[in-house]
Amino acid sequence: MQKMLSHGAVAENNWTVLQMPVETIPQGNILLPLKYWLEHSAELDQQAGLVGVWLESDEEIEALADDVAQLPVIALNFPKFVDGRGFSSARLLRDRYDYQGEIRAIGNVIQDQLFMLQRCGFSQFCLADEVDLEAAAKSLNDFSDGYQTGADQAQPLFKRLR
Amino acid sequence: MYIYDQYDQKLVDERVEQYRDQTQRYLDGKISEEEFLPLRLQNGLYVQRLAPMLRVAVPYGLMSSTQVRKMAEISRKFDKGYVHFTTRQNIQLNWPLLKDVPDILAELASVQMHAIQTSGNCIRNTTTDQFAGVAADEIEDPRPWCEIIRQWSTIHPEFAFLPRKFKIAVCGSEEDRAAFLLHDIGIQLVKNDAGETGFHVFVGGGLGRTPVIASSIKPFLPKQHLLTYLDAVLRVYNRYGNRNNKYKARIKILVKAWTPDVFAERVEAEWAQILARDVDGVAQLTSGEVERVKTFFPLPDYQSVDEAAMDAALQAQASDNVAFSRWLERNVRNQKQPGYAAVTLSLKPAGVAPGDVTDRQLESIAGLADQFSNGELRTTHNQNIVIADVIKSQLFDFWQMAKADGLATPTIGTINDMICCPGGDYCSLANAKSIPVAEAIQRKFEDLDYVYDLGDLELNISGCMNACGHHHIGHIGILGVDKKGEEWYQIQLGGSANKNAALAKVLGPSLSRNDVVEGIEKLLDVYVENRLEGEAFLATYQRIGADKFKERVYAKDA
Repeated sequence: MQKMLSHGAVAENNWTVLQMPVETIPQGNILLPLKYWLEHSAELDQQAGLVGVWLESDEEIEALADDVAQLPVIALNFPKFVDGRGFSSARLLRDRYDYQGEIRAIGNVIQDQLFMLQRCGFSQFCLADEVDLEAAAKSLNDFSDGYQTGADQAQPLFKRLR
Repeated sequence: MYIYDQYDQKLVDERVEQYRDQTQRYLDGKISEEEFLPLRLQNGLYVQRLAPMLRVAVPYGLMSSTQVRKMAEISRKFDKGYVHFTTRQNIQLNWPLLKDVPDILAELASVQMHAIQTSGNCIRNTTTDQFAGVAADEIEDPRPWCEIIRQWSTIHPEFAFLPRKFKIAVCGSEEDRAAFLLHDIGIQLVKNDAGETGFHVFVGGGLGRTPVIASSIKPFLPKQHLLTYLDAVLRVYNRYGNRNNKYKARIKILVKAWTPDVFAERVEAEWAQILARDVDGVAQLTSGEVERVKTFFPLPDYQSVDEAAMDAALQAQASDNVAFSRWLERNVRNQKQPGYAAVTLSLKPAGVAPGDVTDRQLESIAGLADQFSNGELRTTHNQNIVIADVIKSQLFDFWQMAKADGLATPTIGTINDMICCPGGDYCSLANAKSIPVAEAIQRKFEDLDYVYDLGDLELNISGCMNACGHHHIGHIGILGVDKKGEEWYQIQLGGSANKNAALAKVLGPSLSRNDVVEGIEKLLDVYVENRLEGEAFLATYQRIGADKFKERVYAKDA
């Protein structure tokens, strides 16, 4: 079973990420590509497992504006770890759409981004298979605080502490 | 200057430890080369042609003498005993070892310095006017605003992986000494009719391959909204900037593609959403925080002095000493406070790479700042150093000490005060060397009377089209190009970085290294022959156009 970091701890990842074109839908929990979700969400009633959606970095999070309440997981893919669009997508999900579910970082995500990803609202992280997740998890706390507002903090540091 | 509190210090200390761990994991083979690249860049470390290069941040160019002495110590302990001042007011070490960098960063942190975000595709050091706080034409001291931006941009969780690097400059005066229209965001301090401070925001300026002058997108931003508005601009850029082609990834390309009006609308829409979410205004700047930061930039206790008597005494000293009078003329500037002057220490003596200083000189500079000012100094985008608040009666003593340390070359603002990138001697991006060209020009124009007669003249040299030497905004710009493995130099004329910013135009075919200096001489001859009384090079060029210059430079020898 794949593992991931979820809320700071190592957890089972029993979700299947489906790619376009989606032909057969497997049993269990699935993450559907945004395009498929937008066209077929009404037909997914009989699905036994949980259904979430994943977005490519160039897909706009606005497309899910009306759907967020029914999605337990929204995953944001990083085709390359230096593609920082997912950071803004996560902030919009939390700040603009009040999304309360899990935001999962998938694709090429590295340990050294965890602190910032978390501040932007990510709660789950799928790192590369060879990564020691226990060791990587400490990077969630690379910094004890930040100057700026974030999904985790509506007030800048100067307002809270100075 | 701004002094860290416990929160500022802790962040910087934690950053050092984070990078120490990253370096160790890299050396242990647990981080790939590709993954380590942006991590080390965002801590200032490049790998250059000959060795790594570490770029240390000098926030908005302000340093204390303690920090300068620390740089001297670091350059001795970890480097070859000299450092380089850059066009973005930062300091570079040319020869540190990769494994030593965490220790260097820890040394920096001990004097409230860092190298955070001095490179990489993130928000870089915010720059401003080297005469902030003392300039007669100042609307308001820009430095507190720069510090507020520094804190906002430092380890910003959303904007560490932008499409490309991102530079912000703040201008607080009538005359622009920060080249703010050539930055990704240029912020101009303005007052509205009610006398309240706000910001005129410009976006999309920059040099590099595609030089562009920034466009206005917000004529008056109330000050409490500075950070929320910057968040909106950066978010639009982070989401929609080009990520497929690094040469089209700067915000200027997006602004151009959308048009400035559409870009402004998109930012307004994003900003409106941020404000709508922040119903209680908790994300806004408070006057309490602004005042807190402003208290770190107090004006010194100026003595009430008889300026006329001081000026008369200076004139007497100058009339006895032509070298001193030259220095007064070029390197000393009156402040808005009577009886005080801002002195520019030249880092451009002939024979030394522009902006390079030794550890001993750094210590001398720190000593001058302690003895003649309040222990602070400013780095400039022209790669010099300014010490402000020098009482005029001490200028002669100041000059003698500065001269003894090789810091009083009296050529500020002249052809010999050129901006020059490290070029092909150091930089792996460069197409051509730039330092030897600078030196050849300085050697050619050693006659100071001739240099003064030429007057205000900005000559900027870049070793490649990335334009670190700001060739696009030199009155004369020189760009190194590669032609079939040989180094050639393109000449550009008419650039300017002031409020009427203009980009230089290419004069004609590039010249070989041997012909560059002669070409510059011909340009200057045309200027001298055609200028009106008191007219500077740039004004003559603007009046008569490029043709006469072109004819002379490219004339076939008879």
